[in-house]
Amino acid sequence: MAEPRVIIVGAGPAGVRAAETVAAAGLTPIVIDEGRRAGGQIYRRQPDNFRRPYGDLYGTEAERAKAVHDGFDALGDSIDYRAETLVWNIADGHVWTASGKAQEALPYDALILCTGATDRLMPMAGWDLPGTYSLGGSQVALKAQAVSIGSQVVFLGTGPLLYLVASQYIKAGARVAAVLDTSSFTARITALPDLLALPSVLWNGIALTRAIKAAGVPLLTGVTPVAIQGDAKTGVTGVTVRLGNGEERHFAADAVAMGYHLRPETQLADLARCIFAFDDLTRQYLPVRDGDGRADAPIPLYLAGDGAKVLGARSAEASGRLAALAALRDLGLPVDKGAMIMLRREVGRYGRFARGLAKAFPWPHSHAAALADDTILCRCECVTVGDVRRTMDVTGAAETNRAKAFSRIGMGRCQGRYCGHAAAEVIAAHGDFPVADAGRLRGQAPVKPLPIAIGEPE
Amino acid sequence: MSQGRFVRLAERDRPAIHISIDGTRVRAMEGDTLMVAMLAAGGTLRQSEFTEGNRAGFCLMGACQDCWVWTESGHRLRACSTVAEDGMSVTTSQPGASWPNHG
Amino acid sequence: MTNPVTHSDVLIIGGGLMGSSAAFFLRHAHGKSVTLIESDLVGRQASGTNFGNVRRQGRPIHQLHLANRSLEIWRKANKLLGSDVEYLQSGHIRVCYRERSENIAKMEEYAADARQNGLDLEILTGNTLRDRFPFFGTDVVAGSYSALDGHANPRLAAPAFARAAQKLGAQVFENTRISHVTKAGTDFIATAKDGRVFKAPILLITAGAWAGELSAQFGEPVKLTARSPTMSVTEPVPYAIAPAVGVMTPLEVETVYFRQVARGNIVLGGSTRGPAVAETYRSFVKPQNTLTQLQQLRRLAPALARLNIIRVWTGIEGYMDDSLPVMGPSGTTSGLFYAFGFSGSGFQIGPGVGQTMAELIATGATGIDLSHYRVERFTGVK
Repeated sequence: MAEPRVIIVGAGPAGVRAAETVAAAGLTPIVIDEGRRAGGQIYRRQPDNFRRPYGDLYGTEAERAKAVHDGFDALGDSIDYRAETLVWNIADGHVWTASGKAQEALPYDALILCTGATDRLMPMAGWDLPGTYSLGGSQVALKAQAVSIGSQVVFLGTGPLLYLVASQYIKAGARVAAVLDTSSFTARITALPDLLALPSVLWNGIALTRAIKAAGVPLLTGVTPVAIQGDAKTGVTGVTVRLGNGEERHFAADAVAMGYHLRPETQLADLARCIFAFDDLTRQYLPVRDGDGRADAPIPLYLAGDGAKVLGARSAEASGRLAALAALRDLGLPVDKGAMIMLRREVGRYGRFARGLAKAFPWPHSHAAALADDTILCRCECVTVGDVRRTMDVTGAAETNRAKAFSRIGMGRCQGRYCGHAAAEVIAAHGDFPVADAGRLRGQAPVKPLPIAIGEPE
Repeated sequence: MSQGRFVRLAERDRPAIHISIDGTRVRAMEGDTLMVAMLAAGGTLRQSEFTEGNRAGFCLMGACQDCWVWTESGHRLRACSTVAEDGMSVTTSQPGASWPNHG
Repeated sequence: MTNPVTHSDVLIIGGGLMGSSAAFFLRHAHGKSVTLIESDLVGRQASGTNFGNVRRQGRPIHQLHLANRSLEIWRKANKLLGSDVEYLQSGHIRVCYRERSENIAKMEEYAADARQNGLDLEILTGNTLRDRFPFFGTDVVAGSYSALDGHANPRLAAPAFARAAQKLGAQVFENTRISHVTKAGTDFIATAKDGRVFKAPILLITAGAWAGELSAQFGEPVKLTARSPTMSVTEPVPYAIAPAVGVMTPLEVETVYFRQVARGNIVLGGSTRGPAVAETYRSFVKPQNTLTQLQQLRRLAPALARLNIIRVWTGIEGYMDDSLPVMGPSGTTSGLFYAFGFSGSGFQIGPGVGQTMAELIATGATGIDLSHYRVERFTGVK
């Protein structure tokens, strides 16, 4: 009998550790990675001809990043690694891949999705101007390309990444105009008990705040974004926010990095027909899985890392291992049950910390209700907040997919990645019902643009 | 806008390559993504399809699809996930309505 | 016995384009009180997920009268409905490939018959074809061009008819699944799963792929096959291709079609359809069908190969074995009417179907020849 085929999608911390675990059991997993090199986004590697040392790239996480990279490199031929390959659909028991014009349909006995996360965004006036970037994107610019997104950068949003990237920019010599956090300082105090689940990570975070202040960069908390100013053709010229006391502050800038923590990339889980459930704390639908990462799907499917729920890179390594062990066990292979127990405990600890982060840096959902009608909600299709509200008024659409059908919200190239959560909040606020009732944009293949030339001889 | 949007902070001693943006020869570096090559030299990547404005990318990780540009030969490239190669030729404006008529 | 009961002159089960437009015309032209019941959301299945072709050519010649009638409605739809359904009279061209050049003669023959029935077609070949439509691949040898055909947005059309009907006083109930329908005395009584009851002396069944279980309750079982169209759309690109384009071929796999919307996206449809199960209310595009569709598209218009598709979708369509709808009065039950089974070709004629059914119901007669669509062709009941 042929050996069972395990496919792992993604080669960030979760995917690499899952691959390692499956390979250690004597199987040869297929690892499919959109990246050119393994590492994912958080531990994204710079091109071969770049020379900066790990410490410059990953700061306090340098050792972990190196360990993940080394772990992957050591796998060599014990895995079947497919770089620069998109999984564009999962259907009929196959993973459908595209790489350039080449395509394949790969059957599987177990599928481990380690699809990672992207920035969670709350729109604001001017976020469609050239020079506005996602926070994660601003980090990629620095880490993978050694560039700053501008000559004077405002960091706006909330979450640990806001402080991490701002301090990385400062350290790399970029000019940071301000760090503007929508969450309040008191929220952090409330979250302390949960954050103490990982004291060292908490301490790192506090150190970042100090470094930003020490550099003389204005750091404001509890702000409400007002607008990004600029010219539609040439781009950003500044950012205005309102402080807790009602005072408005303006910062001149030619670039804005914005993000409100992260959201999992769940489209493939959706196409694989996972069940989703609403998560009250973070106000979003997440794929349902058990403690080991097993999803409720027709063919054995496991979810690990930030692609299932955003718990951070350290948790991703543990959950990648755990999901792989669960898959091996379900395939009838012997696994170390003690290791599974340890990993579950570890993932649990990260879960508590993540709960603390969600409380300390809450998704500012109430901003959605206050957005002006002329604010672009969907960057791809240039659908405004007012378009969606009017669509609801005229058509009675009271759910995101219906609003999408009538207003094109979430219908663009990004498939609602960057507007979906905010759209649900706009819809819920305008309809005056809970955001859970606004539903979620259903995933549709291809999860990223698929060339019409697919399948043509190269 | 002749001024670049992106600012190089390190890795500045890589070999030079040259690409063409809207017919103008521009210096970039080996290892640049097409997006970095374009935005180190200019302010934006492309015209918006639906507004008067321009776009300059957003996520830099192949998720938002904001940075698709047209090549001189009428092909499409996602600038953030394409490695710039010497001799590449791209445009920042939308092609004319005759785009489907050339084979 | 506390279940709410809704009374009206006409009860319509099935809120697709047929039911919604029938509801609209029953109010608009005939002043009948109407209740429209939809088990899901209005226009969400075949009516909302189809290609959006407002295409008369290629239809059976006997259907052109109905198609012409429908075209008149499409042309004034925005004004009539007070809502933009993105109808674009962009022209439509049906082409054939070199390998099937025998189709040129068929095209010419069809064009001659069509002209007798109010549809003007222009047959283009060689350089004339290539000069006017330079985006076609080299396999394309001839085209039949209809200047007055075009396309509209299926996501918007049926809901726009239902809303307009509602504004005129029709009652519309979504998420209302009828589990049982019967005739008692002069009234039809439809009972929803949650116990609500709808009564009317006239019943129109426009329930698409779901219609069979309802017609069977009146002794008229028909075979309906549920299928899923393979749909895709490209990223937006500069508007360059005016006509909607389709291929004339006996092979399903070759039947690809596309249209560019004013915003720039190119909508693709056709080639192999997927299976569907109506009861599940959800269907999925088979990835292999997407790949095949793209391959066929490259043959039809090679330059499109440079673009990307950004989304695929499908819905649930009801097909009859002879690809013609069931449309007209029941053979067993007075006051009962049908309009379903449009077999993937109902969008263009939809508003005309609604107008015709409304006319038939309200006046007892219509000038449209419905003899090809009688339910008796399947049931044998006279």
